[in-house]
Amino acid sequence: MNLTNDDVVEILKLLDESPYDELDLTTSRFRLRLSRGEDGWTEESVIGDADLPQSDAAQPVGATADAKQSEPGLYDLYPPLPGTFYRAPKPGADPFVEVGDAVSEDSTVGIVETMKLMNSVPAGVNGTVVAILAENGSMVETGQPIMQIRLDDA
Amino acid sequence: MTIRRLLIANRGEIACRIIRTCRRLGIETVLAVSEADTASRAAREADATVVIGPAASAESYLNVGKVVAAAQSVEADAIHPGYGFLSENAALAEAADAAGVIFIGATAEQLRGLGDKLSARQLALDAGLPVVPGKASDDPDDVMAFAESEGTPILLKAVAGGGGKGIYRIDSPAEVGPQLSMAQAEAKAAFGDGSVYVEKFIESGRHIEVQVLGDGKRAIHLGERDCSVQRRYQKLIEEAPAPGLDATLRDELRAAAATFAETIGYRGAGTVEYLVDEQAGEFYFLEMNARIQVEHPVTEMLTGIDLVEQQIAVAEGRPLVFSQDDIRLNGHAIECRLNAESPDKGFMPSPGTIRRARFPAGAGIRVDSFAQAGAVIPPNYDSLVAKLIVHAPNREDAVVAMRSALARCRIEGIATNVALHLELLDDPSFATGGVDTRFLDRFLARREAA
Repeated sequence: MNLTNDDVVEILKLLDESPYDELDLTTSRFRLRLSRGEDGWTEESVIGDADLPQSDAAQPVGATADAKQSEPGLYDLYPPLPGTFYRAPKPGADPFVEVGDAVSEDSTVGIVETMKLMNSVPAGVNGTVVAILAENGSMVETGQPIMQIRLDDA
Repeated sequence: MTIRRLLIANRGEIACRIIRTCRRLGIETVLAVSEADTASRAAREADATVVIGPAASAESYLNVGKVVAAAQSVEADAIHPGYGFLSENAALAEAADAAGVIFIGATAEQLRGLGDKLSARQLALDAGLPVVPGKASDDPDDVMAFAESEGTPILLKAVAGGGGKGIYRIDSPAEVGPQLSMAQAEAKAAFGDGSVYVEKFIESGRHIEVQVLGDGKRAIHLGERDCSVQRRYQKLIEEAPAPGLDATLRDELRAAAATFAETIGYRGAGTVEYLVDEQAGEFYFLEMNARIQVEHPVTEMLTGIDLVEQQIAVAEGRPLVFSQDDIRLNGHAIECRLNAESPDKGFMPSPGTIRRARFPAGAGIRVDSFAQAGAVIPPNYDSLVAKLIVHAPNREDAVVAMRSALARCRIEGIATNVALHLELLDDPSFATGGVDTRFLDRFLARREAA
């Protein structure tokens, strides 16, 4: 936006005295949306100066896919967060698990690095690793399984 | 030389911040972006963008060759490295120099001298600053003697370590032998250099830092900031001036920072960080950050000075226009860092797409952010989404103003720590002011227990 903080403060001084509670100003250079609430004025912006999103309803935050079974007895493991997937605790160390390894609910099977933090990925189930679907060092998304585990009871 | 076109080698809120000043000064901006940031707010606000690599920082924002090549390809007069990334990287300063592009920051020599913890300590000592008692040593008897004379606990620090890593605590002289060997081995493995130095462990203190500005010949200070509210060495709330700090101590540490910067002929904006032990009435030099810092807006609110503008002026070779007496510090300012994380879920990061971004507006309020409805917070970089800054005539009013400002924030689509900030502002110790660096850990422990 081409308005400075000081510009907005100036505009607000004018608006403050007015009976208006909302301003939606569009020019060729910017769109400015100001709104007066109980606590004072707020400014809201949208990419590309588009209209405000309609609904105020709470949306699920970073929704992760529920555990799905691609076939009975086979568990798809999804990463808890998007980020960079590592198969070993440190570069050069042995991977946490290989195909054929037994895992339990709390076994750490990998690490996802997100926003500079390392997050352990637990297996979440008791079983045996049958497939590793993401490469070491690759970017993974929450909707894409990184491992398949054959469940113990199956 | 006048800078007419500037390559900004950074992203997120600081990229937007630098663009704002450039726009006011009539400087053309070209933003270097990774593939993850091509649709970012900064990309749209810059006059032009140049893609320098894939999302991974090592192949884009941290790549000296690509940054310099980008500057040359767009015929930029200068590179602004922001903070983090390559902002304190001597190799970038030198490569820019060799390519005939101005590096907005300290000289390569200063970056090297201040980047190495031991040499920085020595520079500080030479300039007459107090440093935490310590010495470089790889001899167990030597370290044991130090532990006995200074008392324990003591800290072993890897010389080549950084970012809070490579630090080992020793609680009794008996632990020295085994701990020293282990520290040396781990340091060698992690940083390629097994050298360690030993330091007295200061149990608690306040993290107080002083903003300085130097033109290579003269240096002045712009007051201090209190950044004691930290979690794992990451600052969460910063304010200026430092509440309740003894006036004599305050004047001393401010003056010492300016003296230090001037002694080393410092060029640009920098920050001298101290640990202040109020009970002992002592302050100790920790390190100097040779770049602009995240929390610089707090100082700008008090002084009315645009630090990015000053950085550019110094880089153009112009002498400082201010004398120390010209600097006025008015009122009180507080900054809250809004991060994409869930404090209730162990501070789990929350990358994603923002559905709604509503911020407070008005006199005494400043929001530095790249957040907008539709903006993507990628998982590849840090979690800072917005800096909320308020300025008021005194601290009490500033705290009230910040509460009101936080209450007006509506960020949806990602998790943020806004609620945690509101709780912190209500904490009686914070309200009184002058908390130490362990305050936030204690607060979080109580919160978890509840």
